[in-house]
Amino acid sequence: MPQTSLRRKSADRTAPLNLEADVLVLGGGPAGAWAAVTAAENGRRVVLADKGYFGTSGATAPSNTGTWCVPPGEARAAQVERRAARAFGLADPHVMLRMLDTAHEALRTLGNDGYPFPRQSDGELYIANLRGPDYMRHMRRLALKRGVTVLDHHPALELLGADDAIVGAAGWDRQQHRPWQVTAGAVVLATGGCAFGERMLGATGLTGDGYLMAAEAGASLSGMEFCGQYGVAPAGTSLNKGLPYRWASFFDVDGEPLDMSAGDRHVAVAKGLLRGPVFASLDKAGPEIQDWLRRGQPNCFLPFDRIGLNPFTQRFEITLRGEGTVRGVGGIRLVDEGGWTGIPGLYAAGDAASREDIAGAVSGGGGPNASWAIASGRWAGAAAARTALSSRRDVAGKLRRLGGIGLVAHSARPEAEASIDVVAAVREEMLSIDRNFFRTGPKLRCSLSRLDGLWRDARAYLAGEGAAAIRTREAGALLASSRWALAGAVFRNESRGLHRRSDAPESDPNFAHRVRTFGLDEIGVALDRAIHAAPLQVARS
Amino acid sequence: MIEVVSAARCIACDICVKACPANVFDGGPGKVPVIARQQDCQTCFLCEIYCPADALFVHPNAEAPTGIAEAEITARGLFGSYARALGWKRGKAAGAENDPTFELRAFL
Ligand SMILES: Cc1cc2nc3c(=O)[nH]c(=O)nc-3n(C[C@H](O)[C@H](O)[C@H](O)COP(=O)(O)OP(=O)(O)OC[C@H]3O[C@@H](n4cnc5c(N)ncnc54)[C@H](O)[C@@H]3O)c2cc1C
Ligand code: SF4
Ligand code: SF4
Repeated sequence: MPQTSLRRKSADRTAPLNLEADVLVLGGGPAGAWAAVTAAENGRRVVLADKGYFGTSGATAPSNTGTWCVPPGEARAAQVERRAARAFGLADPHVMLRMLDTAHEALRTLGNDGYPFPRQSDGELYIANLRGPDYMRHMRRLALKRGVTVLDHHPALELLGADDAIVGAAGWDRQQHRPWQVTAGAVVLATGGCAFGERMLGATGLTGDGYLMAAEAGASLSGMEFCGQYGVAPAGTSLNKGLPYRWASFFDVDGEPLDMSAGDRHVAVAKGLLRGPVFASLDKAGPEIQDWLRRGQPNCFLPFDRIGLNPFTQRFEITLRGEGTVRGVGGIRLVDEGGWTGIPGLYAAGDAASREDIAGAVSGGGGPNASWAIASGRWAGAAAARTALSSRRDVAGKLRRLGGIGLVAHSARPEAEASIDVVAAVREEMLSIDRNFFRTGPKLRCSLSRLDGLWRDARAYLAGEGAAAIRTREAGALLASSRWALAGAVFRNESRGLHRRSDAPESDPNFAHRVRTFGLDEIGVALDRAIHAAPLQVARS
Repeated sequence: MIEVVSAARCIACDICVKACPANVFDGGPGKVPVIARQQDCQTCFLCEIYCPADALFVHPNAEAPTGIAEAEITARGLFGSYARALGWKRGKAAGAENDPTFELRAFL
């Protein structure tokens, strides 16, 4: 149901912005977009606030997104079983089936709503792949059409609580230079994953803000240790898109081919990079593949075309970009099928939530994550819409600001500058191949103790106001996300999927469970038993 | 990262100021936007395709500016090259229906 916009054109653009909504969605990637559209379709007044611009922000917008999309029928259960078998025992086939159902339906409606899917040679629309910029621009249009009030360049800095519930958020409007506050019946965190400060596609806003806000509200994280995922990119570039490397050969500095016998491209490249520079060439792509690659993945070829190099015949230096929890797995722990975080009024979707349900201990990139963003966005949007209706409360005089680190410092003379050093330290500890790809207990403990120390300092001194608070909060969120990831990784004294421990290379059945992390100044770690224990019994499709 | 806003091409519409997810530009009515926070650029190339005048150039080096000159970009025909490859025109989305990525996904 279209709603009248909550924002009037004539509004004073210098006074603080205060809005009331039924549902507030934080983040305008696919998960936030689907949550907002769904809540609006349920008749709610919805505000969506994004740190950047809803349409270009986040990990999907600059990329080309393959979804995991299987029509109803026999194939669905079979695919789910195959994927669950590769998830190191941590996925939940029931959630996978539910996700495939919701995502497939949503993708079909996108076509009906005018998204220009390509046609295959048999004349059928191919709905399992979306071009990022086109997809997110379409979602922005759709949200506006459904009456969602969109606030671009409005990073959320903290949640607002009243009684025991989350009732809104507050932040800074970085283009009008003024504070904003939205009170709402329910809040959906769709703030994406944490890229630990990496310069990869879409990562600028992905600093783990949602994880921090959730933890400050009392929610837990899950699977944060599964952040050892890296993507190949031409050296110095942001283009961590894996598809072209399906047709690549890899070489060391002497021109010798890398040993790919272990079967995992990333492990081979990571080992190579520890020894020296690594090069690649897309020399296995024939003319037809070359044409499809160029037309389907044009941004992958910008580096080559702009420096004048033919990647199909020449060799180019490559690097690995750490992909944090974006193509890794961890995030806010959900406690029910509607994306509830366990805190009244607070929901999470997309990369902001743990994707262990659908990916287990391996990367959800290449399909599952995109479908999860759609489905979990839809679930959280619907659940938040229901909550908003039933929990209308008068919050006047009761609002509490829940933000800590980066906003409120213990010391009398806080400063914002330290955020630069914090980000640098996070990058060193969390992106390094030596420390984060090939892990050991001692290295992990060393990283954790350094970042714990920085956390204590930051609690004392790190705080900013206005635009400076965006940086200090991002630094705090990066630091908190890193510490949960490291604490989980220290605890999980085994190897499993993306968590590779050189000092414990085998999987240990005692750890065939998820690991939950929680807390801020003191981090708690616990095994999460049985949450996903039910095997797939009835393949309902 | 973002390197050039071509004053010769720019029509001062401020679309890039709004559309850049990293809030890199400072604009203002009737002014050519300035690159105010270059280090924040995430090298996503999206400003290029949103610009209706093909006036922006993003160098693929994501670590540091290279200082590439506008004359070279013009001479090599690189202004608007990403938009053309996608099929976007004058800042408007188009061409997704011709995306052959599904052919490639069949190999995965
Ligand atoms: C290069 C690349 C290619 C990929 N390809 C695929 C693929 O082919 N298939 C696949 O399944 N997955 C793929 N992925 C993963 C996929 O992109 C993500 O899983 C997906 O984008 C998650 O959607 P999201 O909405 O949760 O997060 P995002 O799309 O990352 O969006 C998060 C949004 O939250 C906003 N935000 C953050 N903090 C705040 C704050 N404090 N206040 C307000 N807003 C905030 C950000 O600005 C951003 O817009 C790829 C990822 C990358 C990096
Ligand atoms: S490349 Fe992306 S981040 Fe950089 S200026 Fe352009 S839109 Fe902004
Ligand atoms: S989008 Fe292009 S034309 Fe518009 S202000 Fe920016 S550079 Fe100028």
